[in-house]
Amino acid sequence: MLDKELRSMIGDVKDGRMDRRAFIQRLAAVGLTAPMANQILAIGGVAMAQSPSPYPPTKRGGGGPLKLLWWQGPTLLNPHFATGTKDQDGSRVFYEPLASWDVDGNLNPILAAEIPSTANGGLAADGKSVIWKIKPGVKWHDGKPLTADDFVFTFTYASDPATAAVSISTYADMTVEKVDDLTIRILFKNPTPFWANAFVGAYGCVIPKHLFGDYIGSKSREAPTNLAPVGTGPYKFVEFKPGDLVRGALNPDYHMPNRPYFDTIDMKGGGDAVSAARAVIQTGEFDFAWNMQVEDDVLLRLEKGGKGKTVYAVGGDIEFIAINFTDPNTEVDGERSSMKTKHPIFSDPNVRKALALLVDRESVKKAIYGRAGRTTANYLNGPEKFVSKNTSWEFNIEKASKMLDDAGWKVGADGIREKDGKKFKLLYQTSTNGPRQKTQAIVKQACQKAGIDVELKSVVASVFFSSDVANNDTYPKFYADIEMFQIPMTQPDPALHMRRYISANVATKENKWQGPNYPRYVNKDYDAAIAAAETEIDLVKRAALYIKCNDLLWQDTVFIPVMHRLTVDACANTLKPVISGWANRTDNIQDWYREA
Amino acid sequence: MSQYVLRRLLIAIPSLLGISAVLFFVLALAPGDPFSELATNPNVPPEVQAALRARFGLDDPIYLRYLHWLSAMVHGDWGFSFVSRMNVDTLILQRLPATLYVIGSAQILALLIAIPVGVYAATKPYSLFDQVANTLAFVGFSLPTFFTGILFILIFSVTLDWLPFVYTTDIKATGIHYVLEMIRQAIMPVAVLGLFQAASMTRFVRSAMLDVIRLDYVTTARAKGLGQAKVIVKHVMRNAMIPVVTLIALQMPAVFGGAIVTEQIFRIPGIGSLLISSILSNDTPVVMAVTFVFACLVVLFNLIADVLYGWLDPRISLR
Repeated sequence: MLDKELRSMIGDVKDGRMDRRAFIQRLAAVGLTAPMANQILAIGGVAMAQSPSPYPPTKRGGGGPLKLLWWQGPTLLNPHFATGTKDQDGSRVFYEPLASWDVDGNLNPILAAEIPSTANGGLAADGKSVIWKIKPGVKWHDGKPLTADDFVFTFTYASDPATAAVSISTYADMTVEKVDDLTIRILFKNPTPFWANAFVGAYGCVIPKHLFGDYIGSKSREAPTNLAPVGTGPYKFVEFKPGDLVRGALNPDYHMPNRPYFDTIDMKGGGDAVSAARAVIQTGEFDFAWNMQVEDDVLLRLEKGGKGKTVYAVGGDIEFIAINFTDPNTEVDGERSSMKTKHPIFSDPNVRKALALLVDRESVKKAIYGRAGRTTANYLNGPEKFVSKNTSWEFNIEKASKMLDDAGWKVGADGIREKDGKKFKLLYQTSTNGPRQKTQAIVKQACQKAGIDVELKSVVASVFFSSDVANNDTYPKFYADIEMFQIPMTQPDPALHMRRYISANVATKENKWQGPNYPRYVNKDYDAAIAAAETEIDLVKRAALYIKCNDLLWQDTVFIPVMHRLTVDACANTLKPVISGWANRTDNIQDWYREA
Repeated sequence: MSQYVLRRLLIAIPSLLGISAVLFFVLALAPGDPFSELATNPNVPPEVQAALRARFGLDDPIYLRYLHWLSAMVHGDWGFSFVSRMNVDTLILQRLPATLYVIGSAQILALLIAIPVGVYAATKPYSLFDQVANTLAFVGFSLPTFFTGILFILIFSVTLDWLPFVYTTDIKATGIHYVLEMIRQAIMPVAVLGLFQAASMTRFVRSAMLDVIRLDYVTTARAKGLGQAKVIVKHVMRNAMIPVVTLIALQMPAVFGGAIVTEQIFRIPGIGSLLISSILSNDTPVVMAVTFVFACLVVLFNLIADVLYGWLDPRISLR
């Protein structure tokens, strides 16, 4: 993106010559996500849009019970211990952050009095500090006031390695200090362009100092409040049975007017996704069911009944095929897929490109994901209208065949390509999961037509996604030629998402395969762009760097994106949930209501 | 008799030790680790995973971990769940009532069907009643519970809209409404499980009765002019019940262990569903505790069955 042009566009928005939406759409053309575009505006001195509240109820309560069905129920209720979104969702009913991401990727204040900006003095020009003002008058469920001390404490708690909080890296490179009772200042070690990470979203939930104070570090597990949360949220804790039930009741002192709408909230766990969909859509026993990982045909059939429907939210989750740059079949110094080897087939970039031509995204969408997926050529995906225009994908067996012919891979007598006596055979692995096995079959069929022999392998998810060093079937070990899975984009900023693939992060025996760069992709330009992006305080330049990274992954065919996945939930026809693809399901639970 | 019980108890101790060791080592060697979900999360640095592993003692050698577990268990400390960071005994106690209520009712239902039907069918073998009962029994145990469960849901919840198919532990009602609601939501799972159990048990009761009914002493009793009902209840049933007691006693652990499939279908928060979710999330302490409790129950009820034999047939305990 042209730096100058962007600057003048920001000026235009500031002076009202261009509207926000147009600005975001312009940035979309170069592959920026909406949240990033909004952050650019914020840094440029334009206050974040506060989306007008669509919440009509005019009094607190009176909405009866809200019945939620999570087919994997929350197993613990401390947001800083949460393993997986189910726990974050459960905790978020009781605990709150300063702000959360709304549907359009804007920051929505929750416990903050206002969103920091350069205009209100919240954002420092050097990117090394942020000042947050806390909403006055907020009380914990036990009646004690919420103060800056609680935020400083939450920071200390989460950043102590002995606490073993999963939110540790959110709070790692910063210090948080109290300015006055209702103001905190976050000081970053380095200029931090994505400042809205600490105290925002799932890992941003603040916990009360007066109840957790004695349970920091190695004593963290013993806190009684781990199982009986006391927060500031719209619902007060009533009961918790791990994996089965989370129950809350309306908080009469909630700090937002007329909220919450429901008198009680029940989150029931257990079972499977199909029957959860049935309980909401078909029988109407429940109001809302989370994460419908069900084939679209099944959902369409259920929806004919009419008590409920499916709802979708667009985030950045991507299902992809990763290509191994090293040789999984040769052992060097006791290590397969070693950096000392080169993949015998994929070292030719044209072969990787040819393989990408054989992945029929459209068929995968039609046969499997339906309304829950979008085809894409990008690794880094934003909402639909914000997808990069620099990249494109196509499905073309003839073109792929020609490229392979040109690369010297000729079709042999048995219909399989070979070069220098070596057959074109691939091992294609993924986790055991219905849609994934179907995708494998679709890809294999196209490959066969192009003269590539593909062997399919599926590994049970608990092994595939584990960090078990002793097991050879885990995805970071990557003892296969290609592998497929999804990496969720947990925050609306690409930094963590894209950093994975720098050379220093290559998964090897030395780092016990803990390095997240499992394709073993090495590109100096990529490293340089990431390094530059991380110290780049100018968000405009930084954005351009991440676009470059996405385009490098595409040009080098490190990943073959299969499907940009949407979140799918089942919802009663009368319920009006507020769900953002950039946040947890329950992140805006205070705004949920039912239409009469 | 007391010596017999004591001897049996002493034998139980080494078997329990053996079972616990096998369970522990198998679980420790099984693939997967409890922090797999953290591994794909870019927010969680490997150091945190390492710290958690170290804190939970996952890096110690297996035999040390086993000895540690054993000594804690002897002291009544069941350990805590890696996933919920909650004590395992609390977790199990939370799940036990639903399991006992649903699975227990199903067992009672099964007995209430199986004993009268089996006994009556045996008194009139190859009659129309016997043939119908047999056919139904065969159909009953050929249909797996996951099939009948979904069939029931489709009929009674989706089509007729009579019964809920999601089991709720906390019904927001009091008094008679609470009781009615508890019964209403248990009807389907109890029927599914109970009918399945009843089917196989009926066959068992029938054949046990048939074995006894032809014995000479029964003919003698009849020849003495005793009424049919008296012969069947006093003379035949008491002896025929010995194998039936074995069957029931050995099924008791299942009442505590839950019915994994049925609990999953109806979302009953019982021990079975706890076991399956713990296995899926590699929550070793919970899996270990549940399976070990299960093993203890099997041993215990074997013992009870043996003692009951002694009471039903005194010759057994004399040897």
